Amino acid sequence: MSCDRMEQQIAGTLDLTQVKPYGDTMNDGRIQLSFTLPISDGDRAVEAAKEIVISMGLSEPLIAWHQPLDHEFTHFVAYGSLQKGIDYTKIKVSSVEVCVMTMEETDQFIREQFGRKIKIIGASTGTDAHTVGIDSIMNMKGYAGHYGLERYAMIEALNLGSQVANEDFIREAVAYDADVMLVSQTVTQKDIHIHNIVELVELLEAETLRDRFLLVIGGPRITHELAKELGCDAGFGPGKYAGDVASYVVTELAKRWEAKR
Amino acid sequence: MTVERSLCRLFGIDGVDAFGVPLANVVVDHLLAKGVVEQGAAYWLAQAALATGLTPQAIAVSIARGEVDLTSLETQDPYAAKLWADAEAERAMQLIRANRLVREKKIQTHGERPSPLLYAIVATGNIYEDIVQAKAAARQGADVIAVIRTTGQSLLDYVPYGATTQGFGGTSATQENFRLMRGALDETGDEQGRYIRLCNYCSGLCMPEIAVMGALERLDVMLNDALYGILFRDINMQRTLIDQGFSRMINGAAGIIINTGEDNYLTTSDALEAAHTVLASQFINEQFALLAGMAETQMGLGHAFEIDPDIKNSFVYELAQAQMARQIFPNAPLKYMPPTKYITGNIFQGHVQDTLFNMVTVLTDQRFLLLGMMTEAIHTPHMSDRAHAIENARYIRRAMADLADEIEYREGGIMEQRAQTVVTNALELLENIRRDGLFRTLEMGQFAGIRRRRDGGKGLDGVVMKGDHYNNPFTDLFVREQQDMREGGSR
Ligand code: B12
Repeated sequence: MSCDRMEQQIAGTLDLTQVKPYGDTMNDGRIQLSFTLPISDGDRAVEAAKEIVISMGLSEPLIAWHQPLDHEFTHFVAYGSLQKGIDYTKIKVSSVEVCVMTMEETDQFIREQFGRKIKIIGASTGTDAHTVGIDSIMNMKGYAGHYGLERYAMIEALNLGSQVANEDFIREAVAYDADVMLVSQTVTQKDIHIHNIVELVELLEAETLRDRFLLVIGGPRITHELAKELGCDAGFGPGKYAGDVASYVVTELAKRWEAKR
Repeated sequence: MTVERSLCRLFGIDGVDAFGVPLANVVVDHLLAKGVVEQGAAYWLAQAALATGLTPQAIAVSIARGEVDLTSLETQDPYAAKLWADAEAERAMQLIRANRLVREKKIQTHGERPSPLLYAIVATGNIYEDIVQAKAAARQGADVIAVIRTTGQSLLDYVPYGATTQGFGGTSATQENFRLMRGALDETGDEQGRYIRLCNYCSGLCMPEIAVMGALERLDVMLNDALYGILFRDINMQRTLIDQGFSRMINGAAGIIINTGEDNYLTTSDALEAAHTVLASQFINEQFALLAGMAETQMGLGHAFEIDPDIKNSFVYELAQAQMARQIFPNAPLKYMPPTKYITGNIFQGHVQDTLFNMVTVLTDQRFLLLGMMTEAIHTPHMSDRAHAIENARYIRRAMADLADEIEYREGGIMEQRAQTVVTNALELLENIRRDGLFRTLEMGQFAGIRRRRDGGKGLDGVVMKGDHYNNPFTDLFVREQQDMREGGSR
């Protein structure tokens, strides 16, 4: 089917205030699920799985596959149709809104706006030992073809590595006289990343240092939304590189300097 | 210090004081406070045992209560002290040997499992939940269960105590947790007519103490790498090399297969560019294991399937490297790690990547197949993730059982050339290491691109020069035991 015809056929049926999942027909609402129940496999288990599907607001439950994982655990692959769509027109997300500059543009911007190098300190904090994320942002080499902050002529970057305690991180940031603190958090089990960042923010506030630094966090489960919620200035997730961070940081710092003047 | 604490544990010191401090730490800290730790725990415990007639455990309890000062007791005949220590050491050795024999007996009864052994991890943070997951995995066909350790434990300079239910990304390695899991796996193994192996981490600041715990609770496999702690946990290199030496003697005498951690280099370095560092490190780990007296059949050298799947012929290179490792270390029970770095949130693609990995494992006859999880980028495995992974691996193991015997690789082809390049580069690196020394090599950041300083990192304050009376009655004992094992052909 050519694109044009496809659009013709479905245009009339797509309602952006009532968006539903798409299986093979507009508005069929089909959803694929897989889950495990802590009960033995059998007819009752299949019935239970159907009820689970219905309890999620899905109709036409289909248990396509079930298999015991152990005496008292059963795994299901299921389908259902979503009844009520969502209003796409009302959706708002807060994301870091800044136009991304090249490394040279950023360096030039810093020269013009600040007349000195910007100091950025970063770490993977708490018990987290993952460094690939923070390294990909900070180290010379960068990641996926994007150079890291160390390569910027007008940025002085200090990467403290992993498992840096929040107290130590703050002490180092003060000693380094950093403009920006970068935090990477990878382990999220039991919300350990949330606790860790909240602790950092609280420590900064307790020492009335919160306003002294731009606080930027990142990691595979970090969104800008979450960062704001936790009292940070910005958050970056997968697919974001040094260029995004650098552009945001210098633009935001320039705004703040402006406001102070 | 942890070597001395492991001697305390081998002498039967167990438990914690009123503040939850392990008694092994209490004893060694006491010696440290008195400024006499350089003579070693064996010397002072022997002195105290002869002077008071108490057991090491009773001595530790009195120290914890502040009732005794080991340095104020009457000095005993050094020869008598040595005899005491040797006798106590022999007692510990008997316990360890008994465990080894139980393992051998069980494997004999149930029959040895064919390669590759399917190795599954559990990582709920709660030992009781881990047991539920481990039993399920064992019934689904897992041959080895590894309990992943909670974040941060490697930097603790003591071993937590008792059954634990709260961990992040894993569960605390405690002796009680080892015991609970061992019991559960024996039960499921007997029910299934298979011996289910248990694995944990013998690493971090308490490496040899955990080796003792593993020997006493009959673990079968332990992660133990000569360099991992230095590179990935910033533990001081002098400390690590001392600790790993003694821990390998313990592992060796306990009949435990060690798993080395070369695969980790490829999480921070590129798998194509850095393949030779993996091979070089395997040689280094092999040498350190030989120095500790270990048999090749206990050296589970590590490597991994981590080449970027976007690269053309990535599978061909992986196959070449895995075959190379197999041929270079023909007697070692190699540990092959699944893709992790290039597993994304696209679980469907992840399952395919894991399938290719399973194929390489079967085609190159690796001993340990670490099950790849399609949800690797998201969470520690759910019960169903593990089940799908086991199903996948069993399918490949069955479907391609004899395929390797049907294949010959083209002389001078891509695979042979790839292996040749890796070997040549590894040789060059090893020659540089011979010239510069291992410490200097680490300082230059040759492994995983990570630089470490000789006197930097954590735990150097726990390294002390030995005094004149220093005695570790276990080193000779463990080395001899390993010789006997080899000569007795018991494994
Ligand atoms: C490599 C790796 C390791 C290596 C880390 C080596 C190192 N030096 O970093 C090693 C082997 C040491 C390791 C250990 C562990 N790991 Co690990 N590891 C991974 C793995 C395979 C890849 C992570 C990675 O490097 N991604 C690549 C980087 C570039 O991506 P990224 O971090 O998302 O970064 C990008 C963005 O998020 C962003 N970003 C990241 N940080 C920052 C910071 C700022 C300021 C900004 C602006 C942006 C930014 O920019 C980057 C580029 O776009 C993942 C699985 C996976 N495939 O994701 C598991 C994973 C992250 N690990 C996990 C776990 C549990 C552990 C352990 C706790 C296991 C254990 N119990 O021992 C230990 C950690 C111990 C500890 N104390 O933390 C879990 C986490 C589960 C969870 N959600 O909580 C995962 C998901 C695996 C799993 N399924 O279990 N791990």
